[in-house]
Amino acid sequence: MELIIAAIKAIVIVALILQLIPVLIWFERKGSAYIQDRRGPNRAQILGIRLGGMIHNLADVVKLFCKQDIIPTKASRIIYVVAPMIAIFVASATVGVVPFAEPLHLGGLTIPMQVADLNIGILYILGIGSLGVYGVMLGGWSSNNSYSLLGTLRASAQMVSYEIAMGLALIGLFLVTGTVRITEIVSQQTGFHWYAFTQPIAFVLFLTSLFAETNRNPFDLAEGESELVAGFHTEYSSMKFALFFMAEYAHIAVGSLIVSLLFFGGWNLPGLDFDWIRVYPEAALSMGLPALAVGAIAFGLFLCSKFRRHKYNDARDYEVLIFGVPHVLIGFLMIGATLLLHGTTLPTWVGPVLVAALQMGVVLAKTLFFCAFFIWVRWTLPRFRYDQLMDLGWKGMIPVALFNIVITSAWLVFVH
Amino acid sequence: MIEAYLFYFFAVTTVLLAVTVVVQPNPIGAAVSLVGTFFSLAALFVLLHAHFVAIMQIILYAGAIMVLFIFVIMLLNLEPEKVKLRTIAGNRLVQGSAALYLAGVIALAFFGWRQFFTQGVVANEMEGTIEAVGKLLLTDYLVPFEMTSVLLLVAIIGAVILARKPVE
Repeated sequence: MELIIAAIKAIVIVALILQLIPVLIWFERKGSAYIQDRRGPNRAQILGIRLGGMIHNLADVVKLFCKQDIIPTKASRIIYVVAPMIAIFVASATVGVVPFAEPLHLGGLTIPMQVADLNIGILYILGIGSLGVYGVMLGGWSSNNSYSLLGTLRASAQMVSYEIAMGLALIGLFLVTGTVRITEIVSQQTGFHWYAFTQPIAFVLFLTSLFAETNRNPFDLAEGESELVAGFHTEYSSMKFALFFMAEYAHIAVGSLIVSLLFFGGWNLPGLDFDWIRVYPEAALSMGLPALAVGAIAFGLFLCSKFRRHKYNDARDYEVLIFGVPHVLIGFLMIGATLLLHGTTLPTWVGPVLVAALQMGVVLAKTLFFCAFFIWVRWTLPRFRYDQLMDLGWKGMIPVALFNIVITSAWLVFVH
Repeated sequence: MIEAYLFYFFAVTTVLLAVTVVVQPNPIGAAVSLVGTFFSLAALFVLLHAHFVAIMQIILYAGAIMVLFIFVIMLLNLEPEKVKLRTIAGNRLVQGSAALYLAGVIALAFFGWRQFFTQGVVANEMEGTIEAVGKLLLTDYLVPFEMTSVLLLVAIIGAVILARKPVE
């Protein structure tokens, strides 16, 4: 039984991260278009329905599957094939210890909402994350291409350097929390006691080194296309390239998840009392559902009001209705459910399940905020020069992280 | 039960990868096999409930030291050596004692391992936690711990002095 639950959790959580990837790619394209005052992707369509560029992801998948899969003749074949697998494995294996909600108690059965609640907690993430450099390194080396090798050398030096700053930043956090177990760290951050406010230096350092670890702008020298063609994945094509591409977005998703759990309170939201909701789910639902219903109906009506019959003179005219009408219907369903709920008592399992769903929702909302932040930064900041990058890592961030550790320890010893 | 199967799987993987490190002519291939060895060794530590040791094995050896190894191999651009059968160098005494040691280890593994390994070993889930390891390091083993730190500091200073440009 336990094995089955563990297997289901592993599949669901990895699938969740993989599902976030197309959303992030769509958001990256639309976000960059918005920042650069363009329209963004809007051509790919199915029967005239374009969904604001979302169909492009589907077109991308078909294209990547159908492309010729080239392995350079002088490449080291095995390592060349294994490298993208390492990249995507590392990106998706780090979610193993990430909790999405408090453990769910269902009739004597306790289900932790994560694959494994390890005593080493975040260290597992650091450990598996430090293996991510192998995907880049082996991929670039085995391609047997000068640009790839240069990109690889940059990437591995950068990732190794910023891992130190990341680890030191987390030590400042560990000093305050007294534990590395993520569930405990989250449960300490009730109300507004988020560690982003009590450990601001650690938070800024961690977020910055996360950008470097994920090889995102302004730290994307590993694939600086203006000087290195495409860096370490120059020679990769078809689904092997797609695996590297997916790994980057999976890294963003997992990184955002970790930041929101460690520094932004995880599933804690000021004003939401989960113990109360667990005991009185009827009251919580009869207050929450109407509010959600009003929001959904208002949003649906707003979308429907954008409907113009002859705006484009094709199926695009009806796109707003595809989103608007279901929102209105869901809103009315919620009101109906509220009326039905009135005066009834729900079975005991509703409370815990409702709490778990709410907590997952809060965590995912915070995660998506940080994903958006990653994309926002990429299209706002220019890329670093290589010596600037190394200076920032070694002469800037590591001393500041050490300073943070000293200050935090002194505060804990003398003031606390 | 499943732990036994996992143990055999990772034990065999560890040994096979360790053999690959030695016989692989390509230096990068050998280094990658060594990373795999560390990884499956870490899995064996996990089966012993020593999670902290396991993750330190991955962070330090697989994540940091081997990255630098591969970095250096890439920079030197070593060519794959020609595979040739090599025997133990040195005199008869070295060869004889190496063979004796190997025979002893194998004999121990086949005949005496039950008594040797299970005596006094109590499977305790709390032994491998960060709290337990940290307490031991800062109480019972404080002096060796500090001496190791000093040793590492000396090594770091030595590396800096060797690497820096000579003063004019």
